[in-house]
Formats: sequence, C-alpha cells, structure tokens
Amino acid sequence: MPRYTDVICSFCGTLCDDIEVSVEDNRIVDVKHACRIGTAKFLSSNDLEHRLLKPMVRKNGKLVEVSLEEAIERAAEILKNAVKPLLYGWSSTCCEAQSVGIELAEELGGVIDATVTVCHGPSVLAVHDAGYPGCTLGEVKNRADLIIYWGSNPMHGHPRHLSRYSIFPRGYFRERGQSDRELIVIDVRKTDTAKIANKFVRVNYGEDYELISALRKVVNGGELREESVAGVPKEEIIALAEKMMNCQFGVLFFGMGLTQSYGRHRNIDNAICLVRDLNVHTKFVMQPMRGHYNVVGFSEVLGWQAGFPYAVDFGRGFAWYNPGETTANDVLQRGECDAALVIASDPVSHFPRKSVEHLAKIPLVAIDIHPTPTTQIADVVIPSAIAGIEAEGTAYRMDSVPLRLRKVKEPPEGVLSDEEIMRRLLAKVRGEAPKLEVEAR
Amino acid sequence: MRLILRNGFVYDPLNGINGEKMDICIENGKIVEDVKDAKVIDCSGKVVMPGGVEIHSHIAGGKVNTGRIMRPEDHLKNVMPKTRLTRAANGYSTPSTFLTGYLYAKLGYTTAFTAAMPPLMARHTHEELHDIPMLDKGALTLMGNNWFVMRYLKRGDVELAAAFAAWLLRAAKGYAIKVVNPGGGEAWGWGRDVRNLDDPVPHFDITPREIITGLTRVNEMLSLPHSIHLHANNLGRVGNYLTTLETMELANGTKPARERQVVQLTHVQFHSYGGDSWRTFASEAESIAKAVNSKDNVIVDVGQVVFGDTTTMTADGPMEYYLSSLTGLKWSNRNIELETSPGVTPFIYSKRSPVAAVQWAIGLELALHIKDPLKVLLTTDHPNGAPFFRYPTIIAWLMSSRYREETMKEVHGAAQRNTTLATIDREYDFYEIAAVTRAGQAKSLGLAEKGHLGAGADADVAVYDINPEEVDPSRDYKLVEERFSATSYTIKDGEIVVKDGEIVKVVNGRTLYVDAKVDSELERELERDLDYYFKRFYSVNLANYPVQEVYLTRPTPIEVKTNVR
Repeated sequence: MPRYTDVICSFCGTLCDDIEVSVEDNRIVDVKHACRIGTAKFLSSNDLEHRLLKPMVRKNGKLVEVSLEEAIERAAEILKNAVKPLLYGWSSTCCEAQSVGIELAEELGGVIDATVTVCHGPSVLAVHDAGYPGCTLGEVKNRADLIIYWGSNPMHGHPRHLSRYSIFPRGYFRERGQSDRELIVIDVRKTDTAKIANKFVRVNYGEDYELISALRKVVNGGELREESVAGVPKEEIIALAEKMMNCQFGVLFFGMGLTQSYGRHRNIDNAICLVRDLNVHTKFVMQPMRGHYNVVGFSEVLGWQAGFPYAVDFGRGFAWYNPGETTANDVLQRGECDAALVIASDPVSHFPRKSVEHLAKIPLVAIDIHPTPTTQIADVVIPSAIAGIEAEGTAYRMDSVPLRLRKVKEPPEGVLSDEEIMRRLLAKVRGEAPKLEVEAR
Repeated sequence: MRLILRNGFVYDPLNGINGEKMDICIENGKIVEDVKDAKVIDCSGKVVMPGGVEIHSHIAGGKVNTGRIMRPEDHLKNVMPKTRLTRAANGYSTPSTFLTGYLYAKLGYTTAFTAAMPPLMARHTHEELHDIPMLDKGALTLMGNNWFVMRYLKRGDVELAAAFAAWLLRAAKGYAIKVVNPGGGEAWGWGRDVRNLDDPVPHFDITPREIITGLTRVNEMLSLPHSIHLHANNLGRVGNYLTTLETMELANGTKPARERQVVQLTHVQFHSYGGDSWRTFASEAESIAKAVNSKDNVIVDVGQVVFGDTTTMTADGPMEYYLSSLTGLKWSNRNIELETSPGVTPFIYSKRSPVAAVQWAIGLELALHIKDPLKVLLTTDHPNGAPFFRYPTIIAWLMSSRYREETMKEVHGAAQRNTTLATIDREYDFYEIAAVTRAGQAKSLGLAEKGHLGAGADADVAVYDINPEEVDPSRDYKLVEERFSATSYTIKDGEIVVKDGEIVKVVNGRTLYVDAKVDSELERELERDLDYYFKRFYSVNLANYPVQEVYLTRPTPIEVKTNVR
C-alpha cells in the first residue's frame, strides 16, 4: 500500500505540508494530520459520483458527452470568436496552469481575473497605497508573543493555522508555546476563535476603521477625547494599544471581516499604517488570511508576467490594470465580455446576480473537477484532475512561501490536469498542433 | 549554427585583445578557432565584445515581485506590447520577467545573476528565472543571517558550516554565498539592527565580523566558483565608509582557493559615505578606492545612481525601513524565518537633491579612481541605484568627462563641492568598458566560458554599431549612449537573438547552480541537525524545502570538489 508523507493539502491558504496519505488501488484510504476540511478534500477524490468525468458540449440546449478533442475544439472556437473574453477563476489550481492561462488571455486579448477580486482585492489595493509589512509564518511561530486575529475566524476557516503557526506551537523564542503568547480577537461577534482568546474585543459592525484610527491615535501619542470608539470603551482601546506597543513581536492576522466590510481597502490601508506606526515602538507585522490554497500564487504569477496582481485586460496588446474597470464583476455587469472561461471556481454561486445574468447570456467554457452551478450553465465543460492529489504543481501559501504540490493518485480515466488542458486549449487557439506532453489516459 | 563575425573591432580584456580587427568564429554554440561553411556577418566598423555578464541585479524572486505588485504606477511608464515573437511586457524599475530578458538582450547582455535569493523562497526565484528568456541565469543565495550558519560559526564548527552551505546551495539551486547586512537581518526580527562589526547579534552571541570571516573561510574551503558576495553593514548611512574600510580589512591574509578575489563588496557606492549628518553628507569614494587599489583580494561593484524614480529592494530589512521613514513613502517588508528579512520602498533620485547628486558622483568616482577595471564592476544594483537599462548612460559618463561636466551643471552643487568627480580627467576606453561590463564579472564569478571570446568560450557575443576609428566617445557621448542601448547583433549560444536592436529569436538560457560535495560523514551529522531544526522551527517540512530541477530552464550544475575534511 503506497504511503506518502510530506503531502501538501491543497485546500486553504494555510497549505499544510505535513499530511500523510495512504493509497490503495488508486483510492485514498487514510489521511493523517489534515484538518476535517482537508481530510474531506483528499477523500472526496475517491468519490467519482460527484466528479466530472466526461467532457461535455451543449447541443440543442443540452450538455452532451463528447470527446476531449471536440470539447477543446469548441472551447477554442468560442474564445477565438470573442472580442473580449473573460478568463476567471484560477485560485484553486496550480501556478503552472495559471501561467498558461495568462498566455492564453494575452493571445486572445482578453481579461484575466481571479477570485482575489472578491476576497482580498481590497487588501491588494491598500498595498498599492501603503505597502505591506509582513513575514513568513515560521517567524510568527518562533518569535510572536502577541497575536491578533481581526475579522477572521481561523478555527473554522483555517483550522490548523492556530496550531501550526500562531498561538499553540512552541517556537525558538517561545519555548512554552501558548503560555508564552497572548491571543486577541477583534470581531463583531464572539467567534469560536474568540472563545479561546485571552481577550476578545467586540467592535461595532462596520466601524473597524474608526477603531484602527483610535488605536493609531494612542500609538502616536495622541489623546482620545471620546469615551468609546466603535463600541469599544476608551480604557480598553488604550490598554490594547499599549499591549501592541509593548510586545516584542506582534502580528495582525486579518480576514474578510476587515476587507469586505464597510470601508474595505481603506480599512486595510489604515491597518497597514497602524502596523507601520507600531514599528516605531517595537516589531509588528501583518498577514491577510488568504482563503483558496493558491490565490496568492495567481497574484505572484500575474505579477511577474504582467506587473499587476489581478484584473488585467490584455485588449490593448499589453497589460492594462484598473480595478473597478477591469475586475471580473465590472466587466460582466457592463456586459462587456462576450465569452468566458471559468476554471477552478464557481462564480455562478458566488457572484452578484447581475454578473451571473450576463454570464448566463454569453458562451461559457468551464473547467472543473466536479459539477457546480457554473458548469451547469456552461456551453463546454471539461473535467480536470485535482491539483495536489492527482496532479503536481506549485502553490503559494498565504505568506507567499511556494511549495510543490504532490501527486498521490491517478486522476479518473481520460481526465487531464488543468495545466495540460490549458496547454491544449492554447495550442488549439493558436492553430498549432497540440504538444502532447502528457498522453490522455 | 555556424557563424563568422567578420572584421569587427574586438575588445576582449581577458585575452588581452584591445580593438584588433579580427574574425570571431562560432560553431555549435561555442567560439572556435576556425569554421567552414559559415554564415558571415560583416562587422566592419563595429565594436565586438563578449556578451555582457550581469553580476548583481534584483531581477527575480519575492521582493522583486513585491515591488511590482506594490507599484502599479511603475508599469505603464515602460510598455512593450505583444508581438508575434515576444510576450506583452512592461515595467520601469521593476520590469516583468519577459521584459527583463528582452531588455538585457538588447543591451548585449547574455548572462545575469539575481542578487539575493532567500532559500525558503528559492522556488519562487526559480519560477521567475524560468520566465526570463534570452539569458543564462543564476542566483546569489542569502546566508549572512542564517541560523544554522550563525550557530555553527559561533561554536567554531567551520566544517559543518561549510557542509551546510554546500547543502543549501544544492537545495536552493543557488550559485554563490551572498551576505547581506550580516547580523542585521536577524536583529530586524526584533525591529533592531547592528551598527558596527562588533555589535552582537541578539540571542546568537555572534558579531558581523565573525559571520563575515567565517563565511569567507567556508567559501574558500568549499572552493566555490565565486567569492563571498558581501553587502556590508550600515548601507546608506552617513559616515558608513569607516565600516566599509574595516570590512575590507577582514579579507587580509586569506588566500583565494581559485583565481579570483576573496570578497566582492557589492554596491559600494552606498557604502562610501562621509560626513556626520545629512547636511554634511560627502563622498569618501577616494578612501574606498585607495583601499581597493592597495588590496589584491578585494573587488567591488559600483551600484551607480542614475537620476529618476526607482524602487529600492534589498534583503537589508532595517535599512529599507529606515529609508521609508526618511521619505514617508510606502514600505513593504517580509521577515523570512531563520534566514533573512527583505524590504522594499520606492525612491526618487532627484537632480535637485544634494544627497542624490553626491550619490551619483560617488559611483563614478569609484569607477574612475580604482585603477584596475577588473576590480570595479559596473552595476546599478538594479533597481536600487537605477534600472539596469540605464547602463548606456553610465558607460557614456565613464567615457566622457565632458558629459560628466554637462550633467554636473544640471544637478545640485553638492556634487561639485562634496566629491572629487569634477577633478577627474580619466576617460574609459572600449577595452575598459568591456572589462567593467563583462570580463570582470565573469572572472569574479569563476565562469571560465563567459566574458571572453577565446576558443572554447560560450558563443555569447554583442556587436555595437560604433566605429572606434571614427567616433570620439569623449565628444560623441550621446552617440555612444545610443549605440550601447541597442546592439547591432546579440548572439546567444551561437544564435542571433537580437538584430538592429530588435528581438529576432526568443531563447531560454541555462540555469547555473553549484553542486559542491562534502564528506559523507559530515553530511550525516548535518542531516541530523537539519532534521531537528526543520521539525521545530521551520514552517515547512524538510522534504518540501529543496527546489526540484523541474523549475530550472536547462539546469546546469557546476560540480565543485571541496577541501572540506
């Protein structure tokens, strides 16, 4: 029975790399060390009933099974005939597929965007304004004595984040683990993470910006005139600010509670400035809690190839970036794109109705591992292998540490990796004979 | 492909060829004595040099990409739309990977080393190098703040430190030992810095002096192709030249294991500052140059400033923080566990700024005061002093005192008052330009097949449309600047990749890395330590740390026989 160690879990941005997987007859029979979500993802690869297995093309209003060649031919035709196709998704696949996707977007003169656009996009905008003082997660483990989660509930979203990197592990300078550290949670409600915190600060809904400003005021030596800010009493704010200034190594982990609530990128901008202000007094860093396991990878690859982290329009023959104009939802809601390719994502479930309405109107190619509402309305559906289980590739952890995903079992018969599908699609669009690096099984 | 480059003026300092009219023959990607049935390229009236070798340039990896992502305003200043051959490319101070390759090729460069690779992020660096076309590539690997290195050196175990360095180069697919602000990077883990060679590193009870001398020994024990590549302490601080002079002394008495220096002090322009405050900021380039002239085992690269907007980036985290607190501009930072702490912040070198004017002059002073051009390599520490594609301007300054005077008139008077630049008459010739842009680099890096045009060398050649018999660079400096900006031909591995300043073929270069073997017993001892440390203190497993060869274009290990035990 093959047994794989040091396997990387391709679920969330925590990207745990200590998973042990046992495989028997191409079925995963045991998963060790992973959290419940990760375990479920590994085991789900066994369940072929819930997988896409055959390429499909919509004919007379119905999706019918076709050969892979025909599906790719039809997909290429849709994309080539479009004036401005949108290529969206990318966060749950490897960098190699993303890289070919960017080349395809460039070839087509299309728009490429990833789920960044609806999660930490505001964080990225704030980085354009103020920079980003961060560190790798091992630094937190070894040094941090003050850990803050703001608008983030890792107990549910990133279950092993606390035990691998932040509050529980023993580190070089924190030999006693949890008892050498303090955990503060700032949120609008008492989450399960808040329940284990040394201190929970309840902030009024939509008033995070005010609280950050109040903290900055104290950190910079100002005096608070108000008795309370954002629902937090003055004394509590002063105590919190002093705690932040007097720690040895502090870290602010922030989630969508900060990026997607009222104020958005301005919240993050202000938070970055807070961290910067704190560096006058001590060492302080911050880290967005990225969701999809390779959402960071997309921004990195697009960054080094096109200079921008998401939402790039290649219509002019070079990269044009203007969030609000070139972001997926804006392109859809203006009805600007006339075809779309969606890979490793399900915008029909998650985008606003107006975006989905346009998506339903235009020819749509969907590449995914299992059926989703997006594949259901697609005109071409191509099944793919699960990166990190059935295919190798690169993924970037939330702190931008790159890891090589492993392959522990074969994909279902005839199913190719995202990278290989993209390569064939690109070759077809260019009218080249496909370079068959991997034979279809 | 067989080629003859006919009748050009050849400048090949490593073979002592100074402007002789001769033919260069190429076969199977190599320079050969003679070749039959070859395509002939007429190079009469043109300058022929070996392909340029970039020794220190931040072109790939985490902090470069942080710079790109942090600065969207940088990219539309320099755009090269997609063509049939080339990818859509953009970026000014932080060009995209594709643009980096294309621009270097147009300048006649065929090899480039990225300046600072954190081993934990090595996979990222190699992913970017993979996407840089046109060039042979390598990465200088950060070790000056590495916990293993500091612990081994502290307890005097140089052998184990050497075994670790060899392993790390293999794991990260790195080429040389890079040391950045030794001790300061670790101190930055606590928001602190080290300010002189004997400041103890917090918690590690070791000093920058011990780290530098220790890694120098390690480097020579391993007999690595390149020397240690040292970014000294106190970069960018007023009065730091004393630290630089003291650091140079550390090489005294050490014999190199190969025919090269023992230490390359990098971007010394940033380390040659006198005065005691920004008001009295002045050049000490002459003192530094004097020290370099008197030593036979130290070389430097310049780190020249060219006026304009750029993005500074270095593994010297405390320095980037300090700089951003001076300018108030945006600031990124990423402490990397057990290894280093890079930072990024934009900077504008304004002609009206007294400090920038002096910085500009210092770089040129260094290049002109140091007598042996093989000991002073031309870099801008891209993009810290300026983007690398400003090299032609610097070449023109070096070749023309008149051009320097013209520029001097445009910049703040401090350049005249607080430096010696205005008093220097020296003008480089083409031979010296070839030395400071390719020959010296190849020699320093231990690349026997690069930086020259002798038989057996890689057929990497640059042809510039300048007729040395007709052009007087001293007067025609604008022409020199223009012609060095775009080659008539760039030849990579025997293929024409640039013609008349345009990319005509896109190729992928080699990735060079060092594979140094040490005694197997020592290796086992090291493995026990690696195992212990990775389990406890890294956030990734040891098995997931080494970079797989699949990330490298044309992987080319340089096997090294070491003297360790």
